[in-house]
Amino acid sequence: MLTQAAETFRSLAPNGVDWSSIAPEIALGVWALYVLLREAFRKPGSRGAATFTTIFLLLFSLLCVRNAFAIPAGASASFFGGMIEQSRTTELLRAFFLFSGFLTTLLGGTLLKKQGVPQAEFDVLILLATAGLMLLAQVRDFILLFVALETMSISMYVLVAYIRHSASSLEAGIKYLTQSGLSSALLLAGIALLFGAAGNTALPGACADPFSFRELRVFIFLNQGNAFVLGGAALVLCGLFFKIAAVPFQIWVGDVYQGAPTPVTAYLGVASKAAGFVLLVNVVTGPLLPLRGVLLPLLSAVAILTILFGNLAALGQQNVKRLMGLSGIAHAGYLLMGVCAAMALNVDWPIVAVYFYLFTYLLASYAIFGVMSVLSGEDDSAQTLNDYAGLMKRDSFLGGILAVSLGSLAGIPPMAGFVAKLFLFIAAFTAHLYWLAAVGLFGVVVSIYYYFNWMRVAVFVPCKTEDEVEAGTLKAAPIASGFWLRTVLTTLALITVCLGFWQGFLAL
Amino acid sequence: MDTSCTCPFTHVGSAVLFASVAVPLICAALLYLGSVPKMVAKVMAAIGFTVPLVLALYLCTQFADAVKISGYAFYSDASLGLPAAGISLKLGLNGIALPLFAMAAIVSFAAGIYAIAGNQDRQQLYLALLLTMAGGVLGLFASIDIFFFYFFHELALIPTFIMIGIWGGTARRVAAIEMTIYLTLGAMLVLAGLVALYVGSGIATFDFITLRDYLAANPLSLVTQKWVYGLLLIGFGVLVSLFPFHTWAPRGYANAPASAAMLHAGVLKKFGLYGLIQIAAPLLPDGVGQWTNLLVVLALGNILVIGFITMAQKDLRYMLGYSSVMHMGYAFLGIATMGVLGLSGAVIMMFAHGLTIAALFLMADCVEKRAGTTEMASFGGMAHETPVLAALFSAAIFASVGLPGFANFWGELSIFTAVFNMNHLVGALAVLGIIISAIYGLRASAALFFGSRSAAYEKRIAANGKPADLTFAEKLPILVLLGALMFVGFWPRSISDSINAEMSAKYPAAPVQQVVPSAAASLSQDGDVALSGERKF
Repeated sequence: MLTQAAETFRSLAPNGVDWSSIAPEIALGVWALYVLLREAFRKPGSRGAATFTTIFLLLFSLLCVRNAFAIPAGASASFFGGMIEQSRTTELLRAFFLFSGFLTTLLGGTLLKKQGVPQAEFDVLILLATAGLMLLAQVRDFILLFVALETMSISMYVLVAYIRHSASSLEAGIKYLTQSGLSSALLLAGIALLFGAAGNTALPGACADPFSFRELRVFIFLNQGNAFVLGGAALVLCGLFFKIAAVPFQIWVGDVYQGAPTPVTAYLGVASKAAGFVLLVNVVTGPLLPLRGVLLPLLSAVAILTILFGNLAALGQQNVKRLMGLSGIAHAGYLLMGVCAAMALNVDWPIVAVYFYLFTYLLASYAIFGVMSVLSGEDDSAQTLNDYAGLMKRDSFLGGILAVSLGSLAGIPPMAGFVAKLFLFIAAFTAHLYWLAAVGLFGVVVSIYYYFNWMRVAVFVPCKTEDEVEAGTLKAAPIASGFWLRTVLTTLALITVCLGFWQGFLAL
Repeated sequence: MDTSCTCPFTHVGSAVLFASVAVPLICAALLYLGSVPKMVAKVMAAIGFTVPLVLALYLCTQFADAVKISGYAFYSDASLGLPAAGISLKLGLNGIALPLFAMAAIVSFAAGIYAIAGNQDRQQLYLALLLTMAGGVLGLFASIDIFFFYFFHELALIPTFIMIGIWGGTARRVAAIEMTIYLTLGAMLVLAGLVALYVGSGIATFDFITLRDYLAANPLSLVTQKWVYGLLLIGFGVLVSLFPFHTWAPRGYANAPASAAMLHAGVLKKFGLYGLIQIAAPLLPDGVGQWTNLLVVLALGNILVIGFITMAQKDLRYMLGYSSVMHMGYAFLGIATMGVLGLSGAVIMMFAHGLTIAALFLMADCVEKRAGTTEMASFGGMAHETPVLAALFSAAIFASVGLPGFANFWGELSIFTAVFNMNHLVGALAVLGIIISAIYGLRASAALFFGSRSAAYEKRIAANGKPADLTFAEKLPILVLLGALMFVGFWPRSISDSINAEMSAKYPAAPVQQVVPSAAASLSQDGDVALSGERKF
């Protein structure tokens, strides 16, 4: 039946347009509509489609992984007149976003019930945002880039403010809305400048399609000193820096991460950040590559500031969601290091290293946010380190998951995070970015303090209620968490450890 | 041999070596997985600590006749999927690694037996962490691949932090976090140096054999060698508590539970020295000379400055912590000479110091268990109640001072000879260290076990009765450690032959002179060891 549907789509299509190439995104949209309709006509008391949505996302993600390895390495195909390019990498990135969507809906199932807010709309928004992100992985055209990015952003505005009875969630929503709006405006202004310059027939190499990455690259190569080109490139980068939360566009992180519902924080921190990096990589190694001489020092400076700011700001942080946000800024800095190396060397393997790092970051972050959603009390935004006191004794399973994931984020062998960091540092060394690597290493040492401090609280510090428990006046509250959540968290932690030992699938 | 075999093991020996690293790690993994009855955990831990010891001793007997692949016996190569990035799990032992591997197995066994017999809170986790440490230290000496060399070090380091944090002394939380940050800093510098080697060589591999052969033919430029070696020297220096980067060590050791202190101070800390001797110096021969003067000054700082600080300590654990920092100065001096004699001396010193300090930390814990304190002023005359503890403690102190008959003597003798040949003044200053360690060591022994009882001790006896002597479970590990020390002390060629053969291949014997045969023979306790200057080390 699927092939039939694909055939139908193909027959509808004019020349060069192949709807089946974006069938997964379409399917996500259709499923989202179905969930909405079902919710509208659902009898009170009957079950919603939440479980199916979660399973749907997981299966789809696995399907994309299978598809990815059916595509021969190095092969790529263009669709929609070059707006979309598909290869094994983009297929894996699709799987990446679907997988983070799956994890988000799963965590949502745990947390939203506690907060007493409905899940159907949450799932719909996640589905739509995920569809946008999947498109972002494949775009080779600025106008589609903007549209896909806005699909994701608009869903996120609602999701961040999803707990509507919580003041901090609403505050986070408005802050994210205004700042993200500003960044979208910057991005759009940049695109417009590039469009205007490249469409100007008086300039050498003027493009027929000034949105296309490929044509812009040639144009920019011929007009490297043009003020509109430089200005446009700078504004585009500003817009992307906001998505990856690089300094000086990181200011929104603390409040938004803290106020957003924990699963949404995870989605922002992992999927949205990863999308930002995919775009950044595609832009700086694509259309903007000819500007390498100007952009490399700029990106290096941003990377250094980002690493320093993220790590130093996280040092004294007590609220764990803010801590994840601030340390996430530092991780963006390490990733920028890989992007710089990819740009400096103009080869592919640092990009693979960046994507591998993002994957290990997904595993560790979602595991930690999973633990957080289990532990979160009435106020989702008010978790501090103290709430983790004695976690290892209260629930050694959650403690173990937390320890493995924090170790991976800190870059401690044998977790995957270590290998991922190592590849980035090798990339930086190979590209002769010594100062950047030195700052990166400094950042890692600093990060040990706050990650280990968290672990120290969870492992060494006795629980607040422990004395009372021993005195028999109070029973330690058992920490409830569902079987499936536990299974998934275990799987994440296991993959984290296994990837630390075996990374054979990486074709470095 | 069947070359078509895809099995990574080419000989029985390679499988044995692999197993001796894997068994403790597997036992640890099983203990992490779920709660088991105490007895089962203890038996499993006993297996995890005993098997490597037996296998290591077997490997020692097989080493001389084993097939060597690129200088490594018991070679195995298990690819973990990253051959393209130049990373694969290659294990093997050469002449330098063999004695240290054996030392690691012996200390792990001693620390393990002591931990099994002990009665810690949450003992299963304690044993699992200790087994992880044991697997890590065994793995790091067995690694040929530099990536795994570093990997195993970190694998052993993390449990140290956790053990200090959970079961440590009064200042455990500060000590754990201080040590974590300080050692991570050192490890990151080392990592930067190793990555610089990986990238700088231009062949993008972590395989030591390939790197060695390639860099011998195409050495790096002098400037690169200088700075990469400098990075490694400081990074390894932090990990080995080179003066003035030593401040983490005394507090860390004083607050660590006994078994963790034994394994860290005894074995894991030797990682840095081993890295300098086995990796940094052979790959960056021209970089070494650029830093010799600085290294000599810092090593003298370890011996003299820390020596005096050690003398001023009032607490037994702190004294031992400082003394282990001080003794690292000798090893660094041996490395600074960059000759066969000094470097071989440094390796023997590492071997001997590992066993000695482990025995001393174990006995300090025995003392604390009996008295509830390690404040040296609150003892006196305890030899009456605990004669065996007193005798063994004094023997270990003698070993650490470098009395003939213990392995330490041979290490110190060859280091001093090499240093004296390099520079008379440095040699003279270094020998002062012997006097310093004799003073603090013998003073500690006297304050604890001999003389008249202090008022505090009388009070404790009145309150708690007389302290009991060592139990069998305490005696066994101490005897194993001291026995190994004396075995090598009386028969140094048991380890020095292999070290010497390896060193002679790596380093020129000149400019350092050899031991004068008659002088060495007259110092010998053992008549039938042939001590010709050329053959000895």
